[in-house]
Amino acid sequence: MPLNQNYAPLYEAMRNFRINRVVPFDVPGHKGGRGNQELTDFLGINCMKADVNSMKPLDNLCHPVSVIKEAQALAAEAFGAKNSFFIVNGTTGSVQAMIMSVCKENDKLIMPRNVHRSAINALVVNGAVPVYVNPGVNKELGIPLGMSVADVEKAIKENPDAKAVLINNPTYYGVCSDLKAIVELAHKHNMMALVDEAHGTHFYFGENMPASAMSVGADMAAVSMHKSGGSLTQSSILLLGDSVNADYVRQVINLTQTTSGSYLLMSSLDIARKNLAMNGRQIFSKAVEYAQYARNEINKIGGYYAFGSELKDNDAFFDFDKTKLSVNTINIGLAGIEVYDLLRDEYNIQIEFGDIGNILAYISAGDRSLEIERLISALSEIKRRYSKDRSGMFDHEYINPQVVLSPKKAFFSDKTTTALDKCSDMICGEFVMCYPPGIPILAPGERITREIIDYINYAKDKGCFLTGTQDMSVTSLQTVNI
Amino acid sequence: MDLWYTERHTDDVKFSIRVDRQLASYTSEFQRIDIFESKEFGRILTLDGYLMVTQKDEYIYHEMITHVPMATNPDIKNVLVVGGGDGGTVRELCRYKSIENIDMVEIDEMVVKLCKEYIPSISCALDDERVHIYYEDGMRFVRTTEDSKYDLIIVDSTDPFGVGEGLFTKEFYGNCYRSLNDNGILVNQHESTFYDSYANSMKRAHSRIKEFFSTALVYQAHIPTYPSGHWLFGFASKKYDPRTDLHADWWNSLGLKTRYYNTVLHTGCFAIPNNVRDVLRETK
Repeated sequence: MPLNQNYAPLYEAMRNFRINRVVPFDVPGHKGGRGNQELTDFLGINCMKADVNSMKPLDNLCHPVSVIKEAQALAAEAFGAKNSFFIVNGTTGSVQAMIMSVCKENDKLIMPRNVHRSAINALVVNGAVPVYVNPGVNKELGIPLGMSVADVEKAIKENPDAKAVLINNPTYYGVCSDLKAIVELAHKHNMMALVDEAHGTHFYFGENMPASAMSVGADMAAVSMHKSGGSLTQSSILLLGDSVNADYVRQVINLTQTTSGSYLLMSSLDIARKNLAMNGRQIFSKAVEYAQYARNEINKIGGYYAFGSELKDNDAFFDFDKTKLSVNTINIGLAGIEVYDLLRDEYNIQIEFGDIGNILAYISAGDRSLEIERLISALSEIKRRYSKDRSGMFDHEYINPQVVLSPKKAFFSDKTTTALDKCSDMICGEFVMCYPPGIPILAPGERITREIIDYINYAKDKGCFLTGTQDMSVTSLQTVNI
Repeated sequence: MDLWYTERHTDDVKFSIRVDRQLASYTSEFQRIDIFESKEFGRILTLDGYLMVTQKDEYIYHEMITHVPMATNPDIKNVLVVGGGDGGTVRELCRYKSIENIDMVEIDEMVVKLCKEYIPSISCALDDERVHIYYEDGMRFVRTTEDSKYDLIIVDSTDPFGVGEGLFTKEFYGNCYRSLNDNGILVNQHESTFYDSYANSMKRAHSRIKEFFSTALVYQAHIPTYPSGHWLFGFASKKYDPRTDLHADWWNSLGLKTRYYNTVLHTGCFAIPNNVRDVLRETK
């Protein structure tokens, strides 16, 4: 019998708990906010009162037997999954649990190079080895796309011992691979299909969306409920298909996840799931409508290219997430990061990220047409006031990595601090990435080339926020001693 | 009956008018619109509970937002009014035979409809043949306006927290600048400095306008029903200084009867008190 999606068991339990006025002689020590007045004034009394500890009426995230278990079952049903886990360590936690559940030391994992750092971090921790599939690249836009089925097949054939294939659905820019075909291909070769759906929560609830992981039979998926799903930052859900042993996955999650799971985060997952199940269709049709309107208007300004479904090619750009508003800025002679900075500094508009050639504005049902108009007007003004000749703009941004050592081996080896300009031909011992989007330029174990050094210098020069390195200013890198 | 309309001017200050009856209440796509009848102030229009105009003192606002720019440049022929759905600004503009075209862009058609029905003393000129009303977002309208189209843009907006928020932004002022010709004047409802929440909006608006226009001044009027009773307007121009470019003889020769504005006040209203001057100095 289907569950009642209009019910939020954890939320209900927390409300009842509050009504019962239980006297707290447990943590947290702020005791419903009374112990920290300034914080209570800032966050609000309701928020402080919801910040409680695991206890019998409210279940326990590490070992759920009652209301959390029920809430997870409702989430699993809403997403069409066999099981689901609430994750309070971000989708980073979900991705790592996914990888560590299927790969052990030296196991191979096939994945696109434009994965989020959390995936490679998991490899650093557990010692699995990446087999990278080069994502297709749109040269004009300078963005990595999805994986083509043929490239995945080639990687599978060359690495028949690989344990799993990891797929982004979609990429940060909203590009989807042919997920169904890749999942089938993986299964045909006895590999698991793991899906990073950090940007794909809405695929499960909106109409006419790209295929979701669970709908095409993937084994596990990490969904960032806090991105398009409307829950609080850092809350996430891990979805499992039929083939996965949920009890083992729970043990893996408990290796690294906190034993003090935040009830603010967990209740936000429960309430957000209910809202998506009840109202998701309208919520995302509104987001698509806003994004589509903005795309049309921005393309009318000229110079900018707000790309969309017209780029679908039945291959590495198999499908497009229409809620994403990605805009290429190269033809107005400004780097995406420069437009990103101007929007914030001059127009008080904060967008999701700017990279070398593009910006991405995150559109959701929380927007109003007023804000959409502000964004379009500001872009129009930036073009009028700041546009330049496009010559001298860096025109491609995907660099094929040369993996020399496993990420774990490189990260934990003896290393030397080497000035960035002297790193050519050495093996990198750490990550270098622009954040956001958090896709590594270099991962531990990769060969540093002149081209990559030039790219890092260019990104720094344009004002990109480079992270991952020991040296916060990224003037030197940790290189592996051979 | 003891029925009162109350607006919170700050968290700790209330302003109330005794209401005889409520004439209309309507929730549009954008806001809640109410019209009241009162003994002291006549008919009153409120949007989302904020007082916009009353029949008793609306003339002060509408005369000051129109006659100051009009007396500065007699050649104004093509005017854009952003907001102003009650019609008061358009009514004052329509008194000038020299104006050839008035475009008014108002986001909420229901405001116009209700004002036409219930407050004809203010909305009476909206059917003038020179007036063209566009029901759309003001920011979108100026963004899609061709370069150098207008001689005068009047921003007759609500406060910058709600529907009117976009009309206090840099992207909006930049597009206004672009839509004005070289003689162009931008006048806007500029909030007030007395209460902090309004003062912050006022400061931000002023510093953004200053970035685009060589002349960017504020002038004042006394409007009893607005918070603190002391209200400001912004005057920005690519060319004119309203204090020295006043065409007093021309304006007086028109014989327009006004109840607040006159050509002596024209220069005087730019003489701002120290408390406003000091706030303006804090802007970049």
